[in-house]
Amino acid sequence: MLLFSKPYRNLKDDESMRHQDQPGPGGTASGRIPLLSVRDLRSDFGGPFNFDLHGGECIAIQGPSGAGKSVLLRMLADLDPHEGEATLDGRPRTSMPAPAWRSQVVYQAAEPAWWEDTAGAHFTAAQRTFVDATLGALGLDAAMLAAPLERLSTGERQRLALLRSLAGAPRVLLLDEPTAALDPDSVARAETLLTDCLARGMAIIIVTHAEAQARRMADRVFCLDGGKLIVR
Amino acid sequence: MSAIHLGPWDLMAAALLILLDAALSIGPRLGVHRQILVAAVRMVIQLSIVGLVLRAVFAGASAGATAAVILFMVVAAAREVATRPRQRLHGHMNYRIAGAVVACAGFATVLLALTTAVRPTPWYDPRYAIPLMGIVLGSVLNAASLALDGILDGIVRERGRIEAQLALGTPLRTAIAPLVRGAIRRGMIPVANRMSAAGIITLPGIMTGQLLAGMDPVDAVKYQILLMFLLAGASALASVGAALLAVRALSDERQRLRLDRMRR
Repeated sequence: MLLFSKPYRNLKDDESMRHQDQPGPGGTASGRIPLLSVRDLRSDFGGPFNFDLHGGECIAIQGPSGAGKSVLLRMLADLDPHEGEATLDGRPRTSMPAPAWRSQVVYQAAEPAWWEDTAGAHFTAAQRTFVDATLGALGLDAAMLAAPLERLSTGERQRLALLRSLAGAPRVLLLDEPTAALDPDSVARAETLLTDCLARGMAIIIVTHAEAQARRMADRVFCLDGGKLIVR
Repeated sequence: MSAIHLGPWDLMAAALLILLDAALSIGPRLGVHRQILVAAVRMVIQLSIVGLVLRAVFAGASAGATAAVILFMVVAAAREVATRPRQRLHGHMNYRIAGAVVACAGFATVLLALTTAVRPTPWYDPRYAIPLMGIVLGSVLNAASLALDGILDGIVRERGRIEAQLALGTPLRTAIAPLVRGAIRRGMIPVANRMSAAGIITLPGIMTGQLLAGMDPVDAVKYQILLMFLLAGASALASVGAALLAVRALSDERQRLRLDRMRR
């Protein structure tokens, strides 16, 4: 499998993770504004969380079941109430309407839900070009778009969900166990596609139980335990 | 108007039917005789009290007494609406939504009728205001409780689908619109049924009452048509209000779905 060289790795971010009383806003070692910046994000289950994520960078989050990994992703997507601030390209989340934030910081649940009868009905006309061009990369074929969703396998639906999340061209992708239901070949295809997206400037936070996947995909691996993110 | 007055013995004859009901239940062991007897006694006591209270209020024709009776009716209807759905909201939100919807829909339609179509003097004449409010509240109760139950159930059932849309940047209003429409439609079904069945399948209650009281059928029909329009208006207000207020209670300014505001 082709692995792109990681364009960015910043130890200083990791430092600020450990000493969370010192948020280092904006100015990182490279001087670039981070794509996603998280400051003192917290809710009942844990926090405060502080980290920066640059375009092309991937963070993997691991940890025991029930540690709140999904809750953290939902907080980042502004789907659950919380305190603290997050910025996208330096723009505070509170300065934009919630749908605008969520269409750029897209959260994909572990068991993605569908609200139409077929997968194809979930895509807009403008997204069809992307969908047709990307189906093959995930080992899917066009007939699956028109098939009733309950006839597709869990793995097919999970790959279609990834396609759905990518179709809106998000800046940051928050993936909750995106390949849990996939066979090894499909996992490799999905990872290749995601690595491709990273190379084009997307940032990804992936929650995964698979140690090997975390190592393959991520520049940094965090462990979420007891409401704190710990650098692996 | 020449109504035939009923004496105690006339009622006793009809009461035999209740005893017959009970006997029928004891025979094949349906086990409902107790319920029927209790309900019958309760009904007699309730209606007798209402009759006495209304006689006093009508005789006094005071604004205060009329307002008190109507307020009591509104509170009772709101309580029914609030307790009907299986799902409950935090902070007595069920009661607040029900109270707001029942009061607004009830007062708006009854005041409209009193000031435009019926126009008694004084406008709050209890002989008109109280029965109008009563029949309107009956419809409002139906519509609001069905719509509230529908929207709360729907949101719980469809949570995953709504949040999947939110997560892709769909506005909450768009994601939840089908549920809102469904709940409003549900609330409107009873009044739609009553309107289409009126006169053919059933003789509506008010019309029956006025015919028995000796009113000319065409006049009775006019009253019934006015009432049907009032009921349709009140039902629509109540359904829309209940559905929208419930969505408001279960969402926040960041367009999140807040099921944490629901009691388990």
